[in-house]
Formats: sequence, structure tokens, C-alpha cells
Amino acid sequence: MTEMVEPLTASVTVAGVNARLRRRYAVDRWFRALGVSAIVAALTFLILLLGTIIGQGYTAFAQSQIRLAITFDAAILDPDGRGDPAVLGTADYGRLIRQSLETLFPDATERAQRRELSRLMSPGADLELRGMLLADPSLMGRTEEIWLPTSSPVDQLVKGHTGRTAEEGGQFTDGELRRIDRLRSDGRLAARFNKWLFTQGDSRQPELAGLAGAVVGSFYSLLVTVLLSFPLGVAAAVYLEEFARQSRWTDIVEVNINNLAAVPSIVFGLLGLEIFLNVLGLPRSAPLVGGLALTLVSLPTIIIAARVALKAVPPWVREAALALGASRLQMVTHHVLPLAMPGILTGTIIGMARAVGETAPLLMIGMVAFVVNVPATPVDPATALPVQIYLWAASPERGFVERTSAAIIVLLCFLAVMNAAAIYLRKRYERRWG
Amino acid sequence: MSNSDGEPVASAKIKVVARDVNVFYSDKHALKAVNLDVRANEVTALIGPSGCGKSTFLRCLNRMNDLIDGARVTGTIAIDQQDIYLKDLDVVQLRARVGMVFQKPNPFPKSIFDNVAYGPRIHGLAGTGAELEEIVVTSLKRAGLFEEVKDRLNEAGTGLSGGQQQRLCIARAIAVSPEVILMDEPCSALDPIATAKVEELIDELRQNYTIIVVTHSMQQAARVSQRTAFFHLGELVEVGDTEQIFTNPNHKLTQGYITGRFG
Repeated sequence: MTEMVEPLTASVTVAGVNARLRRRYAVDRWFRALGVSAIVAALTFLILLLGTIIGQGYTAFAQSQIRLAITFDAAILDPDGRGDPAVLGTADYGRLIRQSLETLFPDATERAQRRELSRLMSPGADLELRGMLLADPSLMGRTEEIWLPTSSPVDQLVKGHTGRTAEEGGQFTDGELRRIDRLRSDGRLAARFNKWLFTQGDSRQPELAGLAGAVVGSFYSLLVTVLLSFPLGVAAAVYLEEFARQSRWTDIVEVNINNLAAVPSIVFGLLGLEIFLNVLGLPRSAPLVGGLALTLVSLPTIIIAARVALKAVPPWVREAALALGASRLQMVTHHVLPLAMPGILTGTIIGMARAVGETAPLLMIGMVAFVVNVPATPVDPATALPVQIYLWAASPERGFVERTSAAIIVLLCFLAVMNAAAIYLRKRYERRWG
Repeated sequence: MSNSDGEPVASAKIKVVARDVNVFYSDKHALKAVNLDVRANEVTALIGPSGCGKSTFLRCLNRMNDLIDGARVTGTIAIDQQDIYLKDLDVVQLRARVGMVFQKPNPFPKSIFDNVAYGPRIHGLAGTGAELEEIVVTSLKRAGLFEEVKDRLNEAGTGLSGGQQQRLCIARAIAVSPEVILMDEPCSALDPIATAKVEELIDELRQNYTIIVVTHSMQQAARVSQRTAFFHLGELVEVGDTEQIFTNPNHKLTQGYITGRFG
């Protein structure tokens, strides 16, 4: 029931006000529509990307395998019967596989047919048997039904990636196709979980190539990076924010840190190559050196994130502590750092996530080598996940196409876990005192 | 030098002596040649319009101005005849002797107990856990907060009401047994009831501590203080017994301010 307020000037009319309001709402709606369409576009690309990768890569988590009745024949493997590991290690396990296949297909009597039989299996299948026997010597003399990996062409055929006929890219003879079909109808040939992808290092044979070496290499590199860049980064940020007096010198440092954060990572790789390998003589291709190079890459990011987190701690916390007679260091360690820690941790993990996906500096320090063994220590030669993706993407075999995508999926899972950890840590520390 | 301003010092001991104190913030001359004596076990109120230098002066007394880049203090300030601006003086020790309560209640985001125990812990005032607990309980009792929080000492200090938080800050300050307590507009963020409680507390604390309180409220200055100092544009215009300042000020500026002609 208020009275109408007199307009300030005659030009302010009800119609004019309403028109302006309508225009304002219209602009508002436009802006919101723009925002929504931007998000929709971004999500579309993301779904497209993820869809392609998962669509191409999920089949790599399975590997076609043939179930064979293998007799660990002592006469073949250990003619002396002494159980000497050196003899067992070099024995002809391929012969066990050939024998088993020939029992399954007694009609394959000619040389060419027998060669075809061996082409069914992966050239590394015998290593599988050797590993089993060395792990469990009591297998000697027994006959076991064992799933062994097929060769990559058979695997691709089973997965439907290649056709059966020559026109469709198939490379099998009619006899081979018949045998493959018989194995499948017998339930002896099936795509099963691809354990090699997670237990083996790199290999020239796609069916035996695994990510274990790359995962362990990435893990060691990251461990070195965290252990170095977190304390260094936090110390630098604390010094710059809490101790250094604002001066021309700190300005120069600040500008340089911001610039370093934008330096292409390959430059840090070259720096690492020169300093860590050429000057300090550290081992080539080692996760230790990779971690050092990644430390250079991630330090600026962590320092900047930590400084932002420290800046966000309200000044009254510092005043309250100092007014009680706390020293500057006590003020920092007792009050400021705990309050800034969620932000620092988030920044660090995001920096680490960047480091996990970093490829260029690792190429420079030699982590791009073909490494079959899974590294046992941070100074053993290794690759890293992104480098493994790069290597496999450059391999021509059909089997590496799906494995490249699988490696990308594993890397994305790595990143998702790390980001989830960042969110969890932030929530956990924030909850402490409301 | 303790009674050079010529006032009779018969009953009251002089606790803090400031002589020719100047403060510069970079180029700004924030405090100009201030001479002020503060009597022990009294409440001295610093009043004056915004930006007059009263908070600046307060922060000289525990050297909180040291923290501001470009701040410079000249002149001498002595507490119990000891110059607190000596080069080799330990600021940490000084701040244990001179406590401070801020405008906005600022308990640490820790438990009530840990808030009060923090000072004694860093200064090593308690040998055992039992002693520490005793200090905390005594401090909370002196701050008139114990009855309200005794069942939830482990809950967050930030969960208390504004007035309780401010009394918690007072308990935190007195837990290190200071001689002087500085209060920078301690009630300006509180409602009238909480204000009344804090004012009452200030009056009680006078028994044991020398209190200097900056306030924008002249009623508050009149209610809680025995002495009042009026600052204007960085100068100390007048200092005297509160009653005299409010009833019969010597200076025209003081009169103008307390009667509300400017402010």
C-alpha cells in the first residue's frame, strides 16, 4: 500500500522502464543459453572422445586363448632328470604345444599343415609353460588343461577385427579356418581376460605386450616427483608468501615462476638430459631421471597453487597467532599451513596428474626405449604410460591398435583416481572444523 | 620519566610510557609525536574518529606494526621502564606480556580447549597436561565463559556465538598471563547483549591486568574506562580521567567529538 514515488525526471516513464527490463531479461536469457550450449558442445566432444577410445580399446582387455592338454613330459624337458633350473629354463616347451595340437588334429600330417598348426599359437605361448613349470616343479610328468594365448591374427579374427576371406583382409587358408571353427565349437578357443596386459612389459608380439612396465615406470617417476616437488614447492611458496618481504627481488622471482609454468615441457626434458644424464651421469631411461625431469615440470604449478592456497588463508589467523607470541614459523606450521593444506594438496595432485600425462620430457631422457622387463627399482630402464601409448600407436600390427586404446583407458583411470583423491583429501580436511 | 606529564601519580602506578611516538606507513605520517602514560590496573580508552591513529598506537604496544611492510616507528615506548623497541628485544616475549583482542572475534579453527591452550603450549607455561587443563579452565572462568562451554571443550571454537567467540579470544589472550591487554574495538562486531557481557568482563579484568581499549562508542568508553585519550588526525589531543574528558574536556576538538559534532 505504498504510494507511487514521483519519477526523478519526466523522461522516466513506466513504458520505458518495462522495455528496459524486457531487454535486460532477454540479454540474461541469451547469456544463459550461450553457457548451456558451450557446456553441451564440450560434453559432446568428451563423449565422442571417450566413446571412440573405449569402443576401440575394450576388446584389448580380452585375449583369445586356446585350451590345450599339455603333458609336461620329463623326457622332453628334463632328459637327465636332475631338475636343473638351467636345463628347465632352456628346454623346448614349444614341442609340448606342438604335440598337444597334433593330438587334437591328427589329420595334419604334412609339413605345411603342421606349420599352420603352430601359427595358431602365440610365439610366446611356450614362455607361459616355462613360467608355470619353474613356479611349480610338481607339474613335471602331469597333464593339465591350460589356456594359452593365440597368435595375434587368430585373436583379431576371433574378435571380428579382420575378415575370414582374403578380400576382407583375412590371411588364413581354408584348412586353418576349419580348425579355428572346430576349436571354437569345441569350446577350446575363446576370448578370455587378458592377464598379459597387466602382468607383462612391452613386447613385439601384441598378444604378449603388457602395460606393467609402463605402469610401474610411471609409478616410480611419480613417486620421485611427489617426494621432490611437494616439499620443495611448499617450502618455496611458504617462503615467498610468509617470510620474504615484498621487494623487487621477490617480484622477479614471482614473474619467473609464472613464466616457468608456461615453458613447454620438452625444454625441461632437454634440461634434464643435459644436467641429469650428461653432467650428473645418472642412468638413462630410468624412472628416477624421469621423475627428476617431471619435478622440473610440475614445480612451478605446485608453487603457484600453494601460494594461492596460502593467500586464501585469512590474515586474522596470522594476527591471532602472532599476537599470542607465536614465531613466524609457528604461525605457519600451526595455523596457516593446516588451513592451506587442502588447497595445496589439490594443486599438487593436479600438478601430478599433469606429470602423469607428460610425454615430451621423458622422450628426451630416454624413457622411450623398448623395455621388456618390468622395472624392479627406480634406476632400472622403464617406460611410462604416455610413452607406451606413443610407442604402441606407432606400431603397425593390428593388435596394437586396440592396445593403444586400452593403454589410454588405463591412463585415464590413473588420472580419474588421482583427481578423486584430490577431491577426497580436500573434502576430508575441509570438514575438520566446519 | 614515569610521571613527566605532570599529573599526580599518587595511587596509580604507571605501566606503559610512550614518548614522542611517530608512525609512518611508507610516506604517510600516521601517528605524530604521541606522549601517553597508561596506568596499571586501569582501563584506558582510546577514542577518536576513524583514521585518527588510535589503532595504530595500540598496535605499537605489541609491535604488530612490525608486520606491515613499510611501517616505521620512532620514539620510545616502555613497559615497566623497559623499552620495547630495543633491537635485541624478543618480540615473542613481548607479545606474551602484551596480549591482544581484535575487532572481529578470531578464534582459531580448532577446539575451544586448543584455542585457549595454544598460548601456554608455545610458551611452555604448563609442565603437565593437568597444569595445562588448569590454565585453560582458569582462563575460561576469568573470561566468564567456562559455565557456558564446560561440556563442549572439544568442540570447535568457531561454532560459538559471536559474543562467546570474543570472550574465548579474551580467555586465549589471558591464558599466557599477560600484564597488558590491548583491545581493538572488541565489541564492534557484537550485539548489545554480548557487548554488555564483554564490557562487564573488561571491568572485572581490570583487577589483574592493565587494559587499553580502542572504541568507537563513546558510551562504551564512558562505561568501562577510567582514563580516556582522544586522538585526532594522528595526534593525541587530550588525555585525562574519563569523567573529566566527558564532562569537562580541555580541548575544543574533544568537546566537538564527544558531543557528536563530528566523528
